[in-house]
Amino acid sequence: MAGVAVSTTINGDAVEYLCQPDETLLDVLRDRLGLTGAKEGCGTGDCGACSVIVDGRLVCSCLVLGAEAEGRKVETIEGMAHGDQLHPLQQKFLEHAALQCGICTPGFLIAAKDLLEKNPSPTEEEIRFGLAGNLCRCTGYDKIVRAVEDAANVMKGA
Amino acid sequence: MRYIRPLSIEDAVGELAKAVGPAAILAGGSDLLVRMKGGFIEPELIVDIKAIGGLADITETADGFRIGAAVPCAVLGENKALKQAWPGVVEAANLIGSKQVQGRCTITGNLCNASPAADSVPALVAAAAQAVVAGPSGKRTIAVEAVPTGPGRTSLAKGEIIEAILLEKRPEHAGDAYLRFIPRTEMDIAVVSAGVNLTLDEKGAIKTARVALGAAAPTVLLVEEAGQVLVGSKLDEETLERLAKICAGACRPIDDKRGTIEFRRKVAGVLAQRAAAIAYKRAGDK
Repeated sequence: MAGVAVSTTINGDAVEYLCQPDETLLDVLRDRLGLTGAKEGCGTGDCGACSVIVDGRLVCSCLVLGAEAEGRKVETIEGMAHGDQLHPLQQKFLEHAALQCGICTPGFLIAAKDLLEKNPSPTEEEIRFGLAGNLCRCTGYDKIVRAVEDAANVMKGA
Repeated sequence: MRYIRPLSIEDAVGELAKAVGPAAILAGGSDLLVRMKGGFIEPELIVDIKAIGGLADITETADGFRIGAAVPCAVLGENKALKQAWPGVVEAANLIGSKQVQGRCTITGNLCNASPAADSVPALVAAAAQAVVAGPSGKRTIAVEAVPTGPGRTSLAKGEIIEAILLEKRPEHAGDAYLRFIPRTEMDIAVVSAGVNLTLDEKGAIKTARVALGAAAPTVLLVEEAGQVLVGSKLDEETLERLAKICAGACRPIDDKRGTIEFRRKVAGVLAQRAAAIAYKRAGDK
């Protein structure tokens, strides 16, 4: 199989890579670019652990081909903190202990960031609905919801 | 395997027509990539249609709406005019998958994946939506119900692509609705579903009606008799009883772990009644 040459933007940086035509964006991020924050849970778009934002849309990177990223803007968990300064969502996930094993956490953070960017004052129901594409087998979700509520309040005050 | 991203529908059609091995059309990929991963399909050629001009747009024309084949379902929900005109179609499209899937999945893909349980399809069939098919011998427009021919199978010939779905301009006093039964509260595949589309006369009597059922047969069913029974009524109890009976009788469902034949028949009737009531209220409010 001939490789596909892709020029894209990831977390604000211009990036070029060669990938196979059937290779997912998730595999490109993890195996070619060393961005291992996005996780492979199910590989079929059910669990949200591989969530990234492409051109402002939250997507599962396991359901996007690496070749499709040509000319697009991709945001991953690696771009969420500014240096040592955590994003308010990351800070609140820590404070509320909104994670245990941590596999789902990057996906939750990206999905929560997308949610708050589109709806800065979500109700609890809107948070639960907005994060319904992300599965967590440890926390029972409640701490995650509280962390997102708290982060929303902090971000509104900022 | 080759991945291509043609810029014109003619190029896409040409590549698909001359493809030697299995070829796949990629829009949102929420079905295709899962099938590739599961080994159910190994395409030699993937034709990404998202760069083709117009395919990523919803356009409002004098005749209604044209929804390009590459428009993600999330975008349908963000289009106020479309939501106002066709709330049933939009809510059906927005029921597909999570937010992550909504950002990718398309109604054209939902139609061409040809699942009997596809959520947007009963709503589109009830809405009398049409599909614009581009192929090696030119373009044709067909009713959406003519696309799926069985689970996973369509009537599209080699080289053909659906480039857009067309929805008519709405007259006054028109409404549509879609409901499905799932055992969970969100994000599941319909056990059975119903789409209803009504127009009313000045006095509130039903002038035209279309009823479609999902997950009730090998393809989404247009139940013409169910539409006919509604015409002339104001959805009185007797009419609703007859509607349920006709829908239950029209079903040819399967018996499986998600629902028995008996259950699916019963619920198809109930959902048709409830969807009709919502569509009637929406039509009356306009």
